[in-house]
Amino acid sequence: MNEYTYAIVFGIAVGTLSRILMLKTDYRQYPTYLHGKIIHVSLGFIAAALGAIAVPALLEQEYTAVTLLTVAATQFRDVRNMERNTLTEIDQFELVPRGKSYIEGIAISFESRNYLCIFTAFISALLYIHFILPIAILGSILCILIAMKLMSGSTIKDIAEIVPIPLKFEGAGLYVDNIYIMNIGVEERREEILKYGMGFLILPKNRDIVQTLANLGQRQAMLHDVSVSLGIFRDSGTPALTPLIKRDLVDGRVGMFILPQTRDIDLAIKIIGSVPVLESAIRLPSESKPYNGKSDE
Amino acid sequence: MVIEKAILAVVTTNNTKITGGAPIFICESKNELQTICANLEAITDGIAHALSEELYIVVKH
Repeated sequence: MNEYTYAIVFGIAVGTLSRILMLKTDYRQYPTYLHGKIIHVSLGFIAAALGAIAVPALLEQEYTAVTLLTVAATQFRDVRNMERNTLTEIDQFELVPRGKSYIEGIAISFESRNYLCIFTAFISALLYIHFILPIAILGSILCILIAMKLMSGSTIKDIAEIVPIPLKFEGAGLYVDNIYIMNIGVEERREEILKYGMGFLILPKNRDIVQTLANLGQRQAMLHDVSVSLGIFRDSGTPALTPLIKRDLVDGRVGMFILPQTRDIDLAIKIIGSVPVLESAIRLPSESKPYNGKSDE
Repeated sequence: MVIEKAILAVVTTNNTKITGGAPIFICESKNELQTICANLEAITDGIAHALSEELYIVVKH
């Protein structure tokens, strides 16, 4: 036991707690119950330990100890690889796949949450050493709140308007409003689609969002989330019953065709609205200098 | 190069419009054409697309 023991224990506890709070199993069913969670809580514990121990190391002027953090960075990059590989393997067996962009988004957030965990532990340990316990507790609560805020990005309802619209066939062509979805030859399938299918128009709120919604990964993520939440009217061997999402080339509106088992329009709108906007899909052409009439210098 | 899409079968009621290539199924009536397309779709994991009233293709996507 030395003067730093309690600070380190406190930092580790707060760091691990922050990781547990960030680890929520929701409709995405990922990480799966228990085993997946244990892996991430354990890694969170290691991250918290690294963060907490860095403080006494700095105070004792053991600067080389800080290089240990680079080991942590390598370690957590591996977490990202691990998540990416697992999800890519699993994705082949989904009726509606997540898509590579969504998987990458999930993998990135797993890595970054470990870093948030290190920072939380670091700041908590620092506050404990320099101030009294109540201030350290207050500071760590603040840290956790900031971490929670940082990890939640925007969702589709923030960037676009979702309007339900009936599906229609023109000959063999399936349309959502004026957006062509696909050609269905067999009449039986057409009847099923009209009976079980639902159509939605997603109207981007500005020019940047047109680009974001054009991203195929973002669109696949929307289809996956809706299919997971509302169920899906399809099986392997019925490729004609595939939910699809296509865009209007003229104005960037997106037409979404889904085959849910729960046919509840309001619920479907809420679910589409709460699909996360993928980091890899975000484009900001309006931030470019030529666009704003500024020169590049 | 990996070919991702392929025409698995051609189904038609008008045999003057087709020749060679993919397996061809010539049908007597529209009803027969629909039944054959539905079966081929299920068997081959493909989607039957209508090119015209009398010409259908089954495509692997």
